[in-house]
Amino acid sequence: MKAFFDSDLWWSFTRSPVTMLSALVAFICIAGAVLAPVLAPHNPFDLASLQLMDAFKPPVWSGEGDATYPLGTDDQGRDMLSAIMYGARVSLLVGFCAVIFSTTLGVVLGLLAGYLGGRTDAVLMRIADIQLTFPSILVALLVDGVVRAALPREVHDQIALFVVIFAIGISNWPQFARTVRGSTLVERNKEYVQAARVIGLSPLSIMRSHVLPNVMSPVLVIATLNLGFAILAEATLSFLGVGVPPTQPSLGTLIRIGNDFLFSGEWWITIFPGVALIVMVLSVNLLGDWLRDALNPKLR
Amino acid sequence: MFSFIVSRLLQALPVMLVVSFISFAMFAYVGDPVAIMLGQDFTEAQRQALVRELGLDKPFFVQFMTFLGNAIQGEFGLSYRLSRPVAELIAERAPATLELALCAAVIAMAVGVPMGVYTGLYRNSWLSRFFLTFSLIGVSLPTFLIGILLILVFSVWLGWLPSFGRGDVVRLGWWSTGLLTWSGLKALILPAITLGLFQLTLIMRLVRSEMMEVLRTDYIKFARARGLPNRAVHFGHALKNTLVPVITIAGLQLGAIIAFAIVTETVFQWPGMGLLFIQSVGAADIPVMAAYLMMIAAVFVSINLIVDLLYYAVDPRLRIGRGRGH
Repeated sequence: MKAFFDSDLWWSFTRSPVTMLSALVAFICIAGAVLAPVLAPHNPFDLASLQLMDAFKPPVWSGEGDATYPLGTDDQGRDMLSAIMYGARVSLLVGFCAVIFSTTLGVVLGLLAGYLGGRTDAVLMRIADIQLTFPSILVALLVDGVVRAALPREVHDQIALFVVIFAIGISNWPQFARTVRGSTLVERNKEYVQAARVIGLSPLSIMRSHVLPNVMSPVLVIATLNLGFAILAEATLSFLGVGVPPTQPSLGTLIRIGNDFLFSGEWWITIFPGVALIVMVLSVNLLGDWLRDALNPKLR
Repeated sequence: MFSFIVSRLLQALPVMLVVSFISFAMFAYVGDPVAIMLGQDFTEAQRQALVRELGLDKPFFVQFMTFLGNAIQGEFGLSYRLSRPVAELIAERAPATLELALCAAVIAMAVGVPMGVYTGLYRNSWLSRFFLTFSLIGVSLPTFLIGILLILVFSVWLGWLPSFGRGDVVRLGWWSTGLLTWSGLKALILPAITLGLFQLTLIMRLVRSEMMEVLRTDYIKFARARGLPNRAVHFGHALKNTLVPVITIAGLQLGAIIAFAIVTETVFQWPGMGLLFIQSVGAADIPVMAAYLMMIAAVFVSINLIVDLLYYAVDPRLRIGRGRGH
């Protein structure tokens, strides 16, 4: 722990007020989302507690609001604050899992391509090139669409969350694979790898315990920057109505539902989840930017 | 030059083949087209007849070749959802999307380049700082939220602009345009801004960093030393040399615009191809999805090809061996 506080990383962290603020905001968002069942003032999924009398309550500061519903209520009398906290939970869950999935896939394939070279390399990088021709949100949409069409409706509703994670994760692996392949090509010819080869270690264990630790630091940066992207991608898919199932509304789903009430004047149903989404993504992106600059020795 | 074009075409070919194979696999293995087309009541003879008619009893490779042949002629069969030829549906929706994408690209270039030049020249002025903050927000805001915010402000609160649809359209042959009517133009403003905003911030940041790099070079110092007026230095020498990467990125981003048009069209209920596609995904309408996939792939591949060729034409260094390649 002391080593951490003495490190360059911590030093550059304390030097940047924007970073500290965004770390604080990100922490609040994550804590609020993870601890939603404990912290949220209401349970938006407890149908028994919903009162239609409470529907469309404006936020508390507008004069007609109710102090029990600080950010107002939606069309079914659900507390917006609680719905946002539960929604952020789903958004973060999908975001984290998608990033872990694409990182794992990208790192493994990148290592294989870089270390083995030859035909493996050519085939994998060709696939990555083809996929990079298309914007990743389009790839995610297509994967989601194909899976949706391939599975019967009942099955799909049950595993919709995994489908979204898979779709977003698969749309993003080439970035990781390319970075890891690049660093692996450099590491492969260094002496320690040659030494490991000479003493007869298998390629698999060289890749795992010698090359992998040395190519991980750029991966961390990309993963952080990708978290913001993955959260946005999930929100976009859910907004388009092809994301997470309506029984587990994420922030994107809440925005889509609220969009229907924009014209009748109930702006808070869509704007507050939107603000929550932006704050979350912005703080994560700022953290990622800082991490990239702090780990890049050229910029010091 | 000739060998360059040929090698690029040869690189584009596998992409198209892979994409058409995925489309075909979707047709062949996802869902059961026979069951969908027959509906509830059918006899075994009817089923057999349909299977023969669709060519589903032929070997895999023959089916794929038939699919490819049909696809090249723009023949993708009937939409499961609307029971109309897919080619007709897409042709009907294409003008709306293309007009929207074009306007968004024009807005992004016309606003993004001057903003980038300004922020590159006057790095520390408060207006530059404002532009940069604005661009950070533009990158972090998802497209659909920008659209919703614009609708809230300009349609709901101010009531100035319509929030959905294309307004009145004029038919010019098979092309329907909203650019010639007042209501069509008004309906175009908000979607075009929504779609163009992300590209705008991207172009602005790109022009800014390129300008800052170019301004540091010796020939700019020399131009200043010769006593040339600022305007000639900034626009004649500096901006001109930043345009090559800007053209490349802007061209490549045209594809991204078409992809993000899906989101914008959903927000504004814009009757384009993107809306058609998203409705098809929701309804598992495979023929439309496959056709859209093929078409988007063709668009992307040709854009990449054109950008490569443009790059080759604009940057003389590339003609003497491909030394500096990016």
